[in-house]
Amino acid sequence: MSVASADRTSEPNHAKRVLVVWAVASVIATPLVAIFVGPLFPPGNGTEQSREQGLSNTWMVSVLTPVACLLLVFFVYALTQFRHDGGAIIDGPPLRNENRIQVVWVAASAVIVLFFAGFGTYELLQNGSGGGQGPSPIAVPGGHKLQVQVIGQQWTFTYRYPSYGGLETPQLVVPADTLIELHVTSLDVIHSFWAYELGVKADANPGVDNIAFVKTKGPRSFHIHCAELCGLWHGYMFETGRVVPQAQFASWIAQQQQTFAPVAKYLPAYATTYSPDPQRRAG
Amino acid sequence: MRPTWWKLAGVAAFVAAAGVLIGLYVSKLSTDAGSSAYTVPVQMSGGHPVVNLTLETVAAVGPKLSPGHPDFVSYLIRDSKGNWRRSTVWRLPANATIHVTIYNFDGASGLRNPLFARPQGVDGNTMVVDGKSLAVLNPDDASHTFAVAQYGLVVPIAPVPDDAKHPCDFAPCALSSDHRTIQFTFHTGAKGHYRWQCLVPCAAGWIYGFGGPMQTIGYMDGFLDVA
Amino acid sequence: MSAAAVTVRPPLWRRLVGFNLLTACVLGVGGWYVGWFAAHGVAGKSIAYFSSIDYNEVSIILAYICGVLGFLIGLGFFNYPLARLRGYPPSLRAKENEGVGRYFGLCTDHKVVGIQYLVGIGFFLFIGGLNAMLIRTELLRPNHQVFPAGTYLTIVGLHGTMMMGMMTSGILGPFGNYFVPILIGARRMAFPRIEALTFWLLMAGGVILETAIFFGGFPTGWTGYAPLNVQSYPGMDCYIIFFALVGISMTLLGLNMIATIVTMRAPGLTWTRLPIFVWGVLTTSALMVLAAPVLIATLGMALLDRAAQTTFFIPSGGGSSYLYQNLFWVFGHPEVYVLALPGFAIVLEILPVFARKPLWGYRLAVAGLLGVSLLSFFVWQHHLFVSGINGDVRPFYMLSTELISIPTGFTFICGMMTLWRGRIRYSVPMLFCLAWFFNFLVGGLSGVFLSDVPSDVTTHGSFFSMAHFHYTIMGGPVFTFFAAIYYWVPKMTGVQLNERLGKIHFWTMFIAFNSTFFPLFIAGFLGQPRRVVTYPLNLQFINDWVSASAFVLGASMLLFLYNFVRSLVFDRVPAPVNPWHSKSIEWQLPSPIPVHNFDRIPVFSGDPYGYGETTGPVAVPAGAPAGSD
Repeated sequence: MSVASADRTSEPNHAKRVLVVWAVASVIATPLVAIFVGPLFPPGNGTEQSREQGLSNTWMVSVLTPVACLLLVFFVYALTQFRHDGGAIIDGPPLRNENRIQVVWVAASAVIVLFFAGFGTYELLQNGSGGGQGPSPIAVPGGHKLQVQVIGQQWTFTYRYPSYGGLETPQLVVPADTLIELHVTSLDVIHSFWAYELGVKADANPGVDNIAFVKTKGPRSFHIHCAELCGLWHGYMFETGRVVPQAQFASWIAQQQQTFAPVAKYLPAYATTYSPDPQRRAG
Repeated sequence: MRPTWWKLAGVAAFVAAAGVLIGLYVSKLSTDAGSSAYTVPVQMSGGHPVVNLTLETVAAVGPKLSPGHPDFVSYLIRDSKGNWRRSTVWRLPANATIHVTIYNFDGASGLRNPLFARPQGVDGNTMVVDGKSLAVLNPDDASHTFAVAQYGLVVPIAPVPDDAKHPCDFAPCALSSDHRTIQFTFHTGAKGHYRWQCLVPCAAGWIYGFGGPMQTIGYMDGFLDVA
Repeated sequence: MSAAAVTVRPPLWRRLVGFNLLTACVLGVGGWYVGWFAAHGVAGKSIAYFSSIDYNEVSIILAYICGVLGFLIGLGFFNYPLARLRGYPPSLRAKENEGVGRYFGLCTDHKVVGIQYLVGIGFFLFIGGLNAMLIRTELLRPNHQVFPAGTYLTIVGLHGTMMMGMMTSGILGPFGNYFVPILIGARRMAFPRIEALTFWLLMAGGVILETAIFFGGFPTGWTGYAPLNVQSYPGMDCYIIFFALVGISMTLLGLNMIATIVTMRAPGLTWTRLPIFVWGVLTTSALMVLAAPVLIATLGMALLDRAAQTTFFIPSGGGSSYLYQNLFWVFGHPEVYVLALPGFAIVLEILPVFARKPLWGYRLAVAGLLGVSLLSFFVWQHHLFVSGINGDVRPFYMLSTELISIPTGFTFICGMMTLWRGRIRYSVPMLFCLAWFFNFLVGGLSGVFLSDVPSDVTTHGSFFSMAHFHYTIMGGPVFTFFAAIYYWVPKMTGVQLNERLGKIHFWTMFIAFNSTFFPLFIAGFLGQPRRVVTYPLNLQFINDWVSASAFVLGASMLLFLYNFVRSLVFDRVPAPVNPWHSKSIEWQLPSPIPVHNFDRIPVFSGDPYGYGETTGPVAVPAGAPAGSD
């Protein structure tokens, strides 16, 4: 970072100062951020997918902390050290370029960026990280999966369990310690199924089967929001779902089948997408 | 160069005009597509609040009750004087029993999701239609629904047949026209602001039947102000 | 205000009659009713599936189209083509010597168009900001409704759409139009009338968007997703027509800029001597020209779905909701770089003047601008990561989105090294440019989170993504918009803006801006979705803090307006010809710049960043001695 210049010998080595301060700041800040800020990241440890997202966030914030430190240290230093407010206008040294700095900067930013892309891809390809992957997912975790269909409509979600005879219920209950294959679709406009503590978000598009995977852990409740603007009551399209122990899940299913027995004969056969008539006339 | 007071007057006039326009803009937005709230009268029965809520659903609300949208389907509530008014924001007491009677003057549109043909969130999971208790309606027959998502409450509304002899054209509809009577009971809990909607695609002419009156408070959507 | 000979001014009524804004408004409203009744007459009261619908889509659309045509006729845009058809000789000038009246009509002087843009865009940005204040008022309490639920969605949509539509031309419109011909040593833009057209189309569009409130508003937000947009009230048509007009305006503006910069540079102005601001305008224009037509086509399809019962976006009719999403974002992502790139350019243009050093790494900076504009076409599906797009493409878009931060970083290093060992003076424009670095750093780093698909699963559609784009779109371009105003208004008007008030404006705005948008990252992480009027009680403190800060931010804008009006209308302190001691060519001209720009076309001998190197100006008029003012 040195440039031959007439006043070089009388000026302190600014570059060395900045680098030293930066190094110290990074060495202190990065572990602090990784250890204390990392665990605070959403959406918590409710499921494997949400834990992975938190891990992604922790890695990113840890790698970005030195970057932010560099810029902050640089600016604070430059803006105080090179200040020349008031008095006559003096020009600075005519420094137009230095190839070394360019190369270092471009290379460093490329390395960081490619690391993130690679790390993110690796995480993503494990099991989809809870995001909707469309009808032909490529990141499919192995093992037995419980299929649950989420049907978005204006303005509520309903849920179908194909392995229980296509039972449809207005509430989402899933068993603990189970790998769940969510099939998200819509009957009308675009909605989005966002189960915050599960770390799942999959858009509900009409005529499309959007598949997302989530491996639940222990029993808990979770918040479900619609995350895609769907009309007047979009903001009120929220409810609470539950992860329950497996035995309790079986008895809940039985109870729901009993409650909705009168309407079971009217439900359409389970399918990955539905197209009920777009419009019916009134009167 | 204009004198300073002249410029000051000009700027002041401009600011005043801007203020008026902003006021008009904000007031237009605040009062648009809303619905005035109606406090439903409460009776006490053994220390427990009980409310009788009488509603009607009509095929077209008519030019008198809605000059802007005379063709919209709508809910109406009967006030204490026996007049039908177009209000979908109702003030109800907390922890009360609400007996609801709905007179439906509209024909069938059919449910897009047949699950809602089964009454839920009401006493006995059943509704009384024209005096007879019913556990499920044929989904193709549903004319409207009354649904409060936060209570898990859904009640499908039975239709007036298409070949009815005396249908009601415009609200307010008298009971002499062909209608169906649906009755059910539910309970309010803690105080809050609970939205309700219709789940049947009854907004004719709008895609999926969910536009227009189905997305406007004051017709097929509203609030329960529980206090 | 002085003339060699005494001229008699015509009476007021005579000056008002003619092809100007007043006539345009009258003809615009008249045209609206002509279109409305024509469609009613031809198609009957309704042209929809069922007769119970009481809106006639075709009427509304035709009404607005005829209204816009009437507006343009009233301004006089058809006069010249018709005159040429009748054999009149060609002319590049219209209304350029007419006094104040030239600001209220079609004027071919690019400097007049620049000032029209500044005032016009400022006006609509103010309205968009008012909508933002209303949004924050609504979000003070999760359960109390200030506005009915449907109206809140309209306010959110109006805010976003107005801001996006106006800020796309936010810097190119006022400052590109005013200064690009001067910076390249030309007397005019390549197509002066088209330039004026881009401005008036934008103004017509802004008014049309606001009239949506009379037609039931629109519930889709600025993205206008199908099929919800097919289901909406006719306010949606106002949105569609507004964005179509914005798209046309953008395309024409971009074409004009490219043609001007490529063909009308003065002698000696090679590509490596071009001011970085002009490079920014050029790359932005390339984006505008390529992306805006996609938007216009998409909106046309949406209009047909609404009015003619086609099913481009309705799956049960054979269409796809994905079609709209992808087409929209093919436009939408370059669009946000249309917003961001002028910010980069302004910062790199202004920093050398106040650091008193040449722009460091000129070629790297240009490469950065080019790299961003090229890559911006390859990233759009990062808005659709969880929407059910094919899983195969997500790693590609994650990579391309991450890659785009590399050229973005070039602007940072060039700016940082320009400051390095400089002699920095903290004038108001410099403060805004320095704030850009902080804001865009936060915005850019949060973008890294959003481009990572696992992280995006939680943050997509939440307030986190909203905070990200407000940092990059408001913290970037809007701050540089103000930097450009404080920097260039002394040249555009010959009057200085009050520096003390400017600094108070800056600090209030900077602190309030960060206080408003930084907590929103936290709100997003805690699960608050966007465009939603209610939220869990535990987020009330954050929302109240954000709303209070937003009100202070709004107040800082009022403070700016006060400074602007007071300095330009009342105090009128004359500005020196070159208050910033800049070496750029526009500062070698008198303030305000005369109609013909240069007495003689200059010859350029270097780039305008020769601080610490040469003492002479960057260009001299051909044949004139050096050092002329």
